[in-house]
This record gives sequence, C-alpha cells and structure tokens, in this order.
Amino acid sequence: MAETLTPEQVRKVARLARLKLTDEELQRLTPQLSDVLKYVDMLSEVDTDDVEPMAHAIEVHNVLRPDETRESLPREQALANAPNSDDRYFLVPQIIEGA
Amino acid sequence: MSLIGQSSSQLRQAFTEGQATAVEIATEYLDQISRTDDNVAALLHVDREAALARAAEVDRRREAGETLGPLAGLPVIVKDNICMRGVPATCASRMLENFVPPYDAHVIEQLQAADAVLIGRANLDEFAMGSSCENSAFKPTRNPWNRECSPGGSSGGSAAAVAARMAPLAVGSDTGGSIRQPAAFCGVVGMKPTYGRVSRYGLVAFASSLDQIGPFSTDVHGSALLLETLAGHDVRDTTSVDQPVPSYTETLEQPLEGLRVGIVKEHFGDGLDEEVGTAVHAAIDAYRSLGAEVKEVSLPHSKYSVAAYYIIAPSEASSNLARYDGVHYGHRAEKFENMVDMYETSRGEAFGDEVKRRIMLGTYALSSGYYDAYYLKALKVRRLIREDFDKAFADVDVIAGPATPTTAFRIGELIDDPLAMYLNDIYTIGANLAGIPGISLPCGQSGAGLPIGLQLLAPPFEEERLLRAARMYEAQTNWHGACPDLEGLAGSADR
Repeated sequence: MAETLTPEQVRKVARLARLKLTDEELQRLTPQLSDVLKYVDMLSEVDTDDVEPMAHAIEVHNVLRPDETRESLPREQALANAPNSDDRYFLVPQIIEGA
Repeated sequence: MSLIGQSSSQLRQAFTEGQATAVEIATEYLDQISRTDDNVAALLHVDREAALARAAEVDRRREAGETLGPLAGLPVIVKDNICMRGVPATCASRMLENFVPPYDAHVIEQLQAADAVLIGRANLDEFAMGSSCENSAFKPTRNPWNRECSPGGSSGGSAAAVAARMAPLAVGSDTGGSIRQPAAFCGVVGMKPTYGRVSRYGLVAFASSLDQIGPFSTDVHGSALLLETLAGHDVRDTTSVDQPVPSYTETLEQPLEGLRVGIVKEHFGDGLDEEVGTAVHAAIDAYRSLGAEVKEVSLPHSKYSVAAYYIIAPSEASSNLARYDGVHYGHRAEKFENMVDMYETSRGEAFGDEVKRRIMLGTYALSSGYYDAYYLKALKVRRLIREDFDKAFADVDVIAGPATPTTAFRIGELIDDPLAMYLNDIYTIGANLAGIPGISLPCGQSGAGLPIGLQLLAPPFEEERLLRAARMYEAQTNWHGACPDLEGLAGSADR
C-alpha cells in the first residue's frame, strides 16, 4: 500500500466509477486522494491475523416475506422522475449497432 | 408570549392546554424562518401553504375531539435526504435537483402519524458527505452563533435550524458523526440511535452499514420525544431491529443511581482544543458531584477509526451511488457520444468534489488487487474497534468525552483539505463503526462565544440510559438554554 497515485491511475479509477473528470479536477483530486490513502495506510500497523471482518454493526440475517404478489409503483409514477421517457419506457441511447 | 424559543415540551403543553393552536405555532415558526433564513441558509425548501394546511387539519381534529399523536402541533424540519411523497428531496445535489419522491420514508410516516407539522427541508453536505455543510450544491449553511463559521455537517441545516429556533425539533442522519458534530457546533442536542433502531427506508443511502436517522432538539427531552416517534421496527428495512421502543420521555427525569462514567484517555490527546477539553472536564466533574463514579477506560483502536471509516464509508458509497445513471431519475447530460459516455458525463457534471472523492476512494478500495489490503483490512479493524467498546462497557455505563476536537471552524478553512476535514469526526466515527448510540449536548462555550458539545456513548439499544444520563447533566446546567442572538439573525442578508 502507501503508494502515491499518478493521474493515470486516477483516470483509470474514474473510468471504473463512470465519472468523467476534467483535467483540472484530475490535477486537484490526485494529490488529495493520495493524501487520504497515505493516511489510511496506518491500518497496516494493526495485527488482524485472527480477526473476522465485520461488515455490519448488528447481527444481520435473512429477512423473508411471504411470496405474495403486491401492488408495485404505478408506471406513471415510476417514470415521473425520468430524464427521458415516452410515457411507457425509460429512453436511453441506442446500444446495439445496426439495430 | 412568543412561542419562538420554547422547548418542544413547552409548546406541546401550550397546544394541549389550548393556549395556542397548531396554526398559530406553525405560523410563528414559519415567520421565524422568513426572518432569519436569509442569514442562516439552513433550509432548501419551505412550503408555507402545505404546512399551514397540515396544522389546520391537526386543529380541526382536536376540535372534533379526536385523540392526537405525541407530536401534535409541533413543527419539525427534516434533512433533505429523507424522502417525502410529492416534496423535493435533493440531497443538496445537482444530481437530484428535480427529484420528487413518489413515496414516504418510514420516519415521515411515523412523524405524520404522530401529528407533527413538517415545515421545511434542511440543507446538508451533498449526499450527506462532509463535516461542514459547504459541500451543498446550492448554498453553504451558516452557523447561527457566528455566520463566518460552519454549522458542521452533514446535517448542518437541521442543527442550524434548531439553533436559530426555526423549529423546536429536526431530523438528521448520522453516518460518521453527521448529527452529533453539527449539534456540538450549533449548541443543540443531537442523537445517533443504535444502528437498526430507526428504519432507513426512504433515507437516501450513503453508507448503508453506518447510516442512522436521529433527532435534533433544543433540550434532551425533545430528542427523547422525537426518538420515540422515529424508532421502531419496519419490515421494509431488513436491518431494522424488531425490539420494543421504551417510552424514553417517561423515564427521562429519573437520575441513574450509581452511574459509572467512563473517560477515554485517547479522547484527550493531541489535537484537542484546550477550551473544549476544559469544558468537557468540567462536565465530567458535574457527574462526579452528582455521585457518579468516573473511571478511565481505554479504546486502543480508536485512533484507527477515521482510517477504517474512510475505506468502509466510501466503499459503500461507491456502490450506493452507482444507481445515479441518468436513466431512471436524476440528472442526464445533454451531450454525449454513447451509453457509457452518457453515464460518465451525467455523473461528472452532477456530482460535487466531495462525492467524487468518495466514489473514487471506494472504487479504488474495492478494485481488484486492493480489496484485501483496504476494504477487508478496514472491516477487520472495525471489529477490533467494536470489541474495544464492548470491553469498556463491561466496566462503565456510559462513556463521556468531547464531541469534536475544536469548536466550529470558519467556512472555507478546511474545504480544500479533505483529510483535515475528515479528522473533525475523530470522536464520533467510532460509534458508527460499532453501531452504538451517542448523543451530543451543549456543555460550554469558547471565549469566542462558540458552543462546545459533550458526547455520551452507550452500549447498543441503551438509548434510555443514554438519554437519562444526558438529562442528569442538563438538569444541573443552563447551557441548553443558551441561544444565539436571534435579533441579529433577523433581517435581510447583509453579507
């Protein structure tokens, strides 16, 4: 760990996160993210060999409900906040070429 | 007599005894918002007509002799990351600028059922990420005690609104201290319940294993009253715990006999402002004088809490915020090349700096090759932090310490130094990682006149103990009665 991030690495992470960054943002974020990573590197001091990871603060177990059909959100309400729809479907750019 | 500045129980009494109607109360508080919010910028959305209509409905039902809920006629302000049907929920983000939820959060249903009058939506750091309220995409909230200073974050709007007496009660959310830190900065009471105590259904998710909704109030009684309403089992949140909710207000005035108060030596080390330390020590002396036994306890892993948090919270955030794709709701860019470019451009345009930083951190920590070294490691340290608390609570009933290392910092002071900003939550984050309840209540003021917060922590589901312990201290002092200069806040903005 404890590596200093390069702008290229940050660009790659941004792509994985589906975030378009401007060059100015890249220059600003790179040292800030590096600083935080250097700080969190203190975790490597802690001996965790026999420690179980703890994902939740309470015991979490499956919660099941009866398998019964229920009313869902009406279509018009589900579409009401969509940036683009034709009142029946969410509209997105074409993803299959030649279709 | 003015209703502004009265505690929730005084207002409740005025309402039940017929000295004030719900409409009169709502009108005074809405007027207080009109007078002061130009200068405080605590709120993002106020629908005066809807609030007054709701208050009129409460009055009508009282006149009809109907039994009313425990918050009948009380104005409540809700953080803008909690969904309410038909009312904008922006999360202080360009991403959700035009989002109007089609459903009510569990806590909104509870507030409505309790006959509260919801009068406004509070500003926050975008998607509840931040400790200063400066990460709001719309405006920074100002600290009512000193408008050059931050109210803290991310529930800074809720805390500032209660401090400026725009409502006696407000609702916030706390992921790493986002209720307790602004409560300390603004001189009000703020409480994070045990994880699972309050349903997160309808709370816009940031870090799901840490987020918890909780109350703000001018005094401890108000938080007890509001928590009674918010808490309870909800099948729509699978982490909501099915346990009866005690009546916190009923037992509040009973001091705890033989109370053992733990102080953590790690909480009084480097970085703690001297004035804050002095005020907190004085508060602990107050417990001694009440007959409490004060014992030192150790939380040896607490120094790793901020580091563990800034892996775990961003990891969960990167996953939760993947839903903002510009398809189902939220911002969509106008110009893009293809589907992936549409995602990237929409998200790049609509998220602010802090949200981007955290999504990036989380994506990095969860990415191939780094998962074990960062995310898994942080989860293991999280368990050690929880075990420290379990050991400490074997010896003491509550832990007392500072809520924040300093009093409110100046707006702009830390905004370009994320790490320094993150360290502001060093005393509060442990409770989120461990899932335990915590409260911050006023315990003093700095020479510059800024409030200081005392944090009390208790074992899981011991909210009743926590509130009673907090009330024991409050009953001995007058800090909760301290109020910023409301006259000075009134009038048009002069900045």
